[in-house]
Amino acid sequence: MSLVFKGFKDILLVLIVTFPFLGSGDVHSMEIQRVVSSGGIEAWLVEDHSLPIVSIRFSFPGGSVNDPTDKSGLANMSTKLLGEGAGEFNSQKFHRRLEDLSVSLNFEAYKDIILGSMKTLTRNRDEAFDLLKLALLKPRFDDDSIQLIRAQIRSRIARNKNNPNNIAQRTYWSMMFPEHPYRFESSGTFKSIAKISKYDLKSFVRSNLVKTGLIIGVAGDITADELALSLDKTFGGLPRYFEKNEIENISPRTLGKVVVVKNNLPQSSIVFGQNGLARNHPDYYAAYLLNHILGGGGFTSRLYKEIREKRGLVYSVYSYLLPLDYSSLWLGAAATDNKSVKDTIKIIKSEWSRMQDYQITQEQLQSARDNIKGSFSLRFNNTASIAGMLLEIQRKGLGINYIQNRENIYDMITINDINRVAKKWLDPKSLTFVIVGNPSNIISSEVISGK
Amino acid sequence: MMWYKVGAADEPPGKSGIAHFLEHLMFKGTANRAPGEFSEIVARNGGKENAFTSQDYTGYYQIVSKDKLGLMMELEADRMMGLVLNQESINIERQVVIEERRTRVETSPQAKLNEQVMAATYSNHPYRLPVIGWKHEIEALQLDDIIGFYKKWYAPNNAILIVSGDVNPSEVYDLAKTYYGKLPFKKIPLRLRPSEPNQHAPREVVLRDPRVLQPSWSRRWLAPSYNSPNKNHAYALEVFAEVMGGGNTSRLNTSLVISQKLAVSAGAWYASDALDTSTFVVWFSPRSGISMDVVSAALEKELYKVKRNGTTKEEVNRAKQRLLDSAIFARDSIEGPAQIFGVAMTTGQDVEDVENWANRISDVTPDQVDLAAQAVLKINTSTTGILLPTDNIKAK
Repeated sequence: MSLVFKGFKDILLVLIVTFPFLGSGDVHSMEIQRVVSSGGIEAWLVEDHSLPIVSIRFSFPGGSVNDPTDKSGLANMSTKLLGEGAGEFNSQKFHRRLEDLSVSLNFEAYKDIILGSMKTLTRNRDEAFDLLKLALLKPRFDDDSIQLIRAQIRSRIARNKNNPNNIAQRTYWSMMFPEHPYRFESSGTFKSIAKISKYDLKSFVRSNLVKTGLIIGVAGDITADELALSLDKTFGGLPRYFEKNEIENISPRTLGKVVVVKNNLPQSSIVFGQNGLARNHPDYYAAYLLNHILGGGGFTSRLYKEIREKRGLVYSVYSYLLPLDYSSLWLGAAATDNKSVKDTIKIIKSEWSRMQDYQITQEQLQSARDNIKGSFSLRFNNTASIAGMLLEIQRKGLGINYIQNRENIYDMITINDINRVAKKWLDPKSLTFVIVGNPSNIISSEVISGK
Repeated sequence: MMWYKVGAADEPPGKSGIAHFLEHLMFKGTANRAPGEFSEIVARNGGKENAFTSQDYTGYYQIVSKDKLGLMMELEADRMMGLVLNQESINIERQVVIEERRTRVETSPQAKLNEQVMAATYSNHPYRLPVIGWKHEIEALQLDDIIGFYKKWYAPNNAILIVSGDVNPSEVYDLAKTYYGKLPFKKIPLRLRPSEPNQHAPREVVLRDPRVLQPSWSRRWLAPSYNSPNKNHAYALEVFAEVMGGGNTSRLNTSLVISQKLAVSAGAWYASDALDTSTFVVWFSPRSGISMDVVSAALEKELYKVKRNGTTKEEVNRAKQRLLDSAIFARDSIEGPAQIFGVAMTTGQDVEDVENWANRISDVTPDQVDLAAQAVLKINTSTTGILLPTDNIKAK
């Protein structure tokens, strides 16, 4: 990094910070290396030696979706405890090692995966991988740590319990998947986390942190050879097999309901959505483009323009595709004055319908396409996000040339494709709304009384 | 990034929220560009954009591929002095800002308390007012108020252009000259805000709300910032905050969370970057079933201990090392370094301060940390904020 700064005519101060690589803002010139260790562990790597930093992201298949019905929150609690002491280090000693080496190490349970991430300075790289290995292979699960993590999760559940966005999300997911584990929050409930025992935690780790299905992305100051050695050292000791619960694929129950969760708040939080598309569905990219125009494209989307820019009804409104491993949703959210809920819902529905009326111009398509293509690079300007991208590309099976192919895929999509996909997938009648607040004049199919 | 040396604390009395409201309105078009056109152009060129307002600065940024730099400068220069506003666009955007305020503050008991705590911490300085503004004042802001503020503060000589990326400095400089060089110089007022009087009594703000299930507690003290006359204390305070509350092995976490098992989390932080007097904060969230008073007494004991016995050389060195390492991590993005320079340059520091930050942190001694802690942590200059459920039988 170098820095230049000067003013001209005493008018404007100009500061210029230059970067050799990360600022080039172009992932297309990144070289992705497929690194396979002698022990057979694979990782994708983007080497970059401009900063003395290495980031790694890795995932194990099966997240909270695998939680036993009466012990939801097991995956989350287990992963939180991985960083709480391992091998000879109790929790405090383990944290002290990490902090003295400035290593950040995190584990998180999502619905479909367990995600691990580590970031370290080059000078502590070997010790960092050693600590990661300890956390994966020899987590301690000391009683004090279990007690503390349970208390912290409890505190998080308490914080979220009366948060309007959180209530809306919880209600929505339990409506969409009344019988499926997707209805549970990853954090679990007061009740369910009280039931989780040390035995549960240990067996979770034993059966889920395994080599089968392990996916790894790495970016930063490490060579392929160095990485290969670290991979064997870190992940080589994991057991191979994984007995996976059979999880059913499921369609969300998008019945077109409007559900109100009564809450005495000055604003209503709205979550809405319908059935979505699987990531590997042939229509996925056209639907992604379509959604970009509808509600995904930030300050230029139709929902933003109609609801915020023209009418001032909301601060934020957006929609997005959410493909999961066992289901898919097309979701959105907004928050508005209680007396504007009716109008907001009406406009969301009419924008949903309008997308089907062949109203997209070539220019709009081109603009959305250019934004999707151009902004992709911008999301990956640090080692952690590049490692995350490498993980996602592998996880979704998009291929090592995905970054190059992606532009082509979007270029091939025509207005006809968009119109066809809009007709086929958008379904204003099935759009289901959950409103948390005290909305006026809403004819709802169901009212749940909240606090 | 275009940073303006103006923020919420520069608003005229009774007009809170102008700086942030104006930030929203900067997307509403000029004589040359229709409302929303700037955003359309950024989107079409594969870019990302947004804006932000704080007490001390207002900033606008676009992340684009480098061949679009000239175009971005043309657009940013155009709205620097050529914004066109009308009553209708202001009325619509006012509703958006009010919804934003509801989302950020009015639906969150913790955010409502934080607002009250700031209003109590500062009795005279405008940092007592929320950046987004009080609702009744946002509702009353007039077109003239906003245009007056814009004309007073938005000018090239009150702005800092920061370009970060794989660029050629002399080309950037030439582009900047082309687009911003033709804009006129304006006489910008000094940013002289009313200062705080001496505080002689501790203040306490308690918010009870039936929606609170996890109580929280925080205490803040007025503290010098990097721009204060006694800014040596500032570097020592940064180290002190790390010793007390930076991470899992900090004093507060070790004592309250791990050893005594009274809290689910505890920490400290210090906002070193501020144009005027800033604050040093300690906080905790109690474990379920543990009374607030028990935890706060334990916290006060830790504060008493560190004031009486001071910090150790070892913990100061560990804290310094972590701070220095965090500066390396901060370079791992395009926005990070730009953000650091932008904040520094709009809060009274200069490039040399940023470049010497690591040296100054390295030079901090345990004695300086102890002196700074003793100077700042005085009960009579503190404000405590407590968040509780309405029914406090359990928490007591």
